[in-house]
Amino acid sequence: MTTTLSPPTPTPAEAAPDWTESFGEEMDAIRQRLLAERGQHDADYIRRLIRVQRGLEVGGRALLWAGVLPPAWLAGTAALSLSKILDNMEIGHNVMHGQYDWMNDPKLSGKAFEWDTACPADQWRHSHNYMHHTHTNIVGKDRDIGYGILRMSEEQPWSPYYLGNPVWATLLATFFEYGVALHDLEVERLQSGEVELAEKRGLIEGIWQKVRRQALKDYVLFPALSGPFFAFPLAGNATANVVRNLWAFTIIFCGHFPEGTQEFSEAETENETRGQWYHRQVLGSANLSGGPLFHILAGNLSFQIEHHLFPDLPANRYAEISVDVQEACERYGIPYNVGPLHRQFGSVVRKICRLALPDRLPSASLGVARGALGGLRKSAGRLLGDLRTPA
Amino acid sequence: MSSKPASLRLLDAFAGPHGVDGFLEQVDPLLVTGECRAEVVAVEHGTEESVTLTLRPNRAWKGFRAGQFVQVEVEVDGVRQRRCYSPASAETEEPGAELEITVKRHPGGRVSNFLVDHARPGMVLGLGQGEGEFGLPRPWPDSILLIGGGSGITPLMSILRTVLAADRERPVALLQYAPDPERAIYRAELESLARSRPNFRLLRSYTRAPGAGDLDGHFSPTHLPQAEPCFSTAETFACGPPALLDAVRGMWANGLEHRLRVESFVPPELLPSGEPGEGAIRFAESEIEVADSGAPLLVQAEEAGIAAEYGCRMGICHTCTRRKVAGTHRNLVTGEVSSTADEEIQLCVSAALGDLTVAL
Repeated sequence: MTTTLSPPTPTPAEAAPDWTESFGEEMDAIRQRLLAERGQHDADYIRRLIRVQRGLEVGGRALLWAGVLPPAWLAGTAALSLSKILDNMEIGHNVMHGQYDWMNDPKLSGKAFEWDTACPADQWRHSHNYMHHTHTNIVGKDRDIGYGILRMSEEQPWSPYYLGNPVWATLLATFFEYGVALHDLEVERLQSGEVELAEKRGLIEGIWQKVRRQALKDYVLFPALSGPFFAFPLAGNATANVVRNLWAFTIIFCGHFPEGTQEFSEAETENETRGQWYHRQVLGSANLSGGPLFHILAGNLSFQIEHHLFPDLPANRYAEISVDVQEACERYGIPYNVGPLHRQFGSVVRKICRLALPDRLPSASLGVARGALGGLRKSAGRLLGDLRTPA
Repeated sequence: MSSKPASLRLLDAFAGPHGVDGFLEQVDPLLVTGECRAEVVAVEHGTEESVTLTLRPNRAWKGFRAGQFVQVEVEVDGVRQRRCYSPASAETEEPGAELEITVKRHPGGRVSNFLVDHARPGMVLGLGQGEGEFGLPRPWPDSILLIGGGSGITPLMSILRTVLAADRERPVALLQYAPDPERAIYRAELESLARSRPNFRLLRSYTRAPGAGDLDGHFSPTHLPQAEPCFSTAETFACGPPALLDAVRGMWANGLEHRLRVESFVPPELLPSGEPGEGAIRFAESEIEVADSGAPLLVQAEEAGIAAEYGCRMGICHTCTRRKVAGTHRNLVTGEVSSTADEEIQLCVSAALGDLTVAL
């Protein structure tokens, strides 16, 4: 749901240069202020969060060891799910963005951090930090538009394969950690022949090693500790992974696909200025409203706009700066897309289903046709009326 | 894989990406297997401008030799900073023995001020192994002369305590320089040792309180014979500010240099920063040095033929982040200037101010 307070605004390419530069300067000023305030408070926050995550992991696995007892299984699976969600989103994603590099703690270095999911961290850093954040929502360059298997934009040409859009989306959501792990492989480009398999051998090896280690840990080693009752921790671990996958998919897809978010072409984003880059980040992103706990579980990706403006600033600060960002957007007439989870995700689901079908006619032509038809009816009516009433 | 025993590798497999340490340190920060850390067990303000910390190291600590220094890592305002301090405690073979450091406040110093004002028992610090060549050689010299100024007294205290603990005969003399009695570090203990040990001679000179000490003024040739008449045959250890050390070196020139060991304690200050295009950029890992052109470090690395990793080239994605070993740099986006050593910097938006070394 967009909250525009002024008439439709220009895109980054169309807007007057001094307009975007001025907006860019205001965003830079917010960044500077944040950098000045960053300190012990933020260090304490991430350390506390890590403490909670490690506690949930140990507690979850301990409970699942006794998972043959239903209350232990339920509590253990819930704790492990929360542990994986925190590790993946509020901790892993944010640390790997370099948000805590300034602390000079090698365990929190974005370049060194590895997370509890199938995707190798270095491949994530490449596909996400670099490719997605630099080329956000540029069709043809941002491969997060569809992950190579879904149709998430009208700009992607339709083909009968996309009739299965809702099915592929459900599968991707359920097995999201593997979808993300395979992301940098660029499977669709391998299939089309654009990229040679030989170039990807190193990546494949990395993916295999990480997937193998994760599967060994969750599906062999920990279940083995429960001896004859291994099925219970195994089921619990699998469930926790799926819960994390579904949650991450939901939050992440709400970041750039709800109704109102915009995509861009390579042509219109060539030679972008810093101000235009900021502008495009706002137009291509959408926020989720909710309470503090919701935001933490969402890895503060519920503040997708602020995250895209300042990907390398500590995410725990996004809530406070969202006030200034939203205010600036209102002044410049830039749409600030925010809504509750059910509404934003609902519009994403509708988009997935809608794009599964071919676009019969381009909507603009549809409008022209309707307008022309209406005009014909009016003229015909007048003619008939003239014929009936003698002058 | 690695040469770790199978049991440890199994434990790693259970622990997942965060490693066993990732869980151990939640129980007790000192329990980590891969890092040397120490807990502050006692805090004492011997003078107004200094604090003496007693540290209990974890099992990774291998000890030190009297006179060596250690790197201590302290978190100040969320950022881990490293500084060098010389343990003042005696050398010991005892595993797990505590060590003592004394930190003197430096104007504008982030770590020294933080420790003097906020150090408290229970704090956990990072600890490096003993390093440096300055210290007691083995076998010990027949007679020892120690000359110290300010916080330079700390390695000398270690040498002194080590020798006096083992030996009641070997002559040891200490010549200490301080502004006044109130600011003389370890004054009470030194006086007590001087009274109880006949083989220890103590002489103090208070540079801003004439008459208060055994000698007056800064180091001069007249001070020496009173401390140790046979100073030319004693093994001499000097540590303190540059001016003191220059004066001492002057006395030991002309053939006596081999009897003198010197450790320089330069107060931390902002490295003199030059202008862009003035200094030399050193790419340490590639062993390439270029004259600074003023361009961002990433560009200069590429021009020098180094295939540096990069991404957005605009300071967003952190792909090009590398460690700046030493030197002053300016962040081209924020304008911020920093001289912190061992700092992670984004090469695409950093320019050098003067000489700079980066781990690339």
